[in-house]
Amino acid sequence: MRLITHNMLSCNIKGVTNGFPLKIESVTVVEKEVDFNPDFLRHMFAKIEWKALVEGARSMGYEELPEDSPDASELESDDETFLRKLHHALLELHLEEGALVCPETGRKFPVNKGIPNMLLHEDEV
Amino acid sequence: MKLKQLEGLLGDLEQFSNPKVELEQYPTGPHIASRMLFTAENSYGDITDKVVADFGCGCGTLSAAAALLDAACVIGYDIDTESLETATLNAEELEVEIDFVQCDITKLQLKGKIVDTVVMNPPFGTRKKGADMEFLSAAMKVASQAVYSLHKTSTREHIKRAALRDFNAKSAEVLCELRYDVPKLYKFHKRKEVDIAVDLWRFVPKQN
Repeated sequence: MRLITHNMLSCNIKGVTNGFPLKIESVTVVEKEVDFNPDFLRHMFAKIEWKALVEGARSMGYEELPEDSPDASELESDDETFLRKLHHALLELHLEEGALVCPETGRKFPVNKGIPNMLLHEDEV
Repeated sequence: MKLKQLEGLLGDLEQFSNPKVELEQYPTGPHIASRMLFTAENSYGDITDKVVADFGCGCGTLSAAAALLDAACVIGYDIDTESLETATLNAEELEVEIDFVQCDITKLQLKGKIVDTVVMNPPFGTRKKGADMEFLSAAMKVASQAVYSLHKTSTREHIKRAALRDFNAKSAEVLCELRYDVPKLYKFHKRKEVDIAVDLWRFVPKQN
């Protein structure tokens, strides 16, 4: 699971109102290089939840993203330093083993072989 | 990539080794899958450089097709552990990056508007009535650009009405009618193989 996928997942247990973002407990993280696409990243930047991304990246051991969401000038600048970091955090870090934890209830959703298991128990739906 | 080449690559994928009838697990054949994704990209530009979600991805045929057509990110969602294991192996075999999430599509609520396009071959709702509509409803909430889906031709009017009236579709269009071969997978199938008529749909959600 990459952080772009994590950026949309929330805990859907019945009655939970603050199920986003899920905290990441990481056991194994792997990095896989993919092609850099600045236009895609600019487009994505407008859609992602910045705080969820920064926290997620940190819990996976990547500390390079700024705490506060940068402004548009940094995205358009010729210096692609920021976009490279965004690229790495969103698309190259994979949580292989670990868990996603609901911020409200503490319920853990295990992540094995890269796949988060978001299935709910009978008493949670 | 050429259509024939895409179809060829998809033809080598592993399919359900132990299909589960309650989930209506039928493989999406390489013929249909390649045409579906090829049309989505070549006629509408909905795949390359986009975020593509595959609902009820099974063994990941549509996900793989999206990745092969250079989607920026592909995410497959399915309820079944075994299918997701096969889908992971298929992605490794093709050397494409696909994220998989195990979940019940009908309970899934994805945040935000990150997903551009949803592609899916949903259950047709023959075993669990209404399953097709639950998938369509979920897909329309998630896609910001378009939803491509297969539905039985016999349900065409019903699908169109529901999409426009209940699922916030701006447009609902049948792009083509295809023959879906259903191999004899399950005991209740009496004939060796049957063809059923399915429609390839493109739905465009209203902008919120």
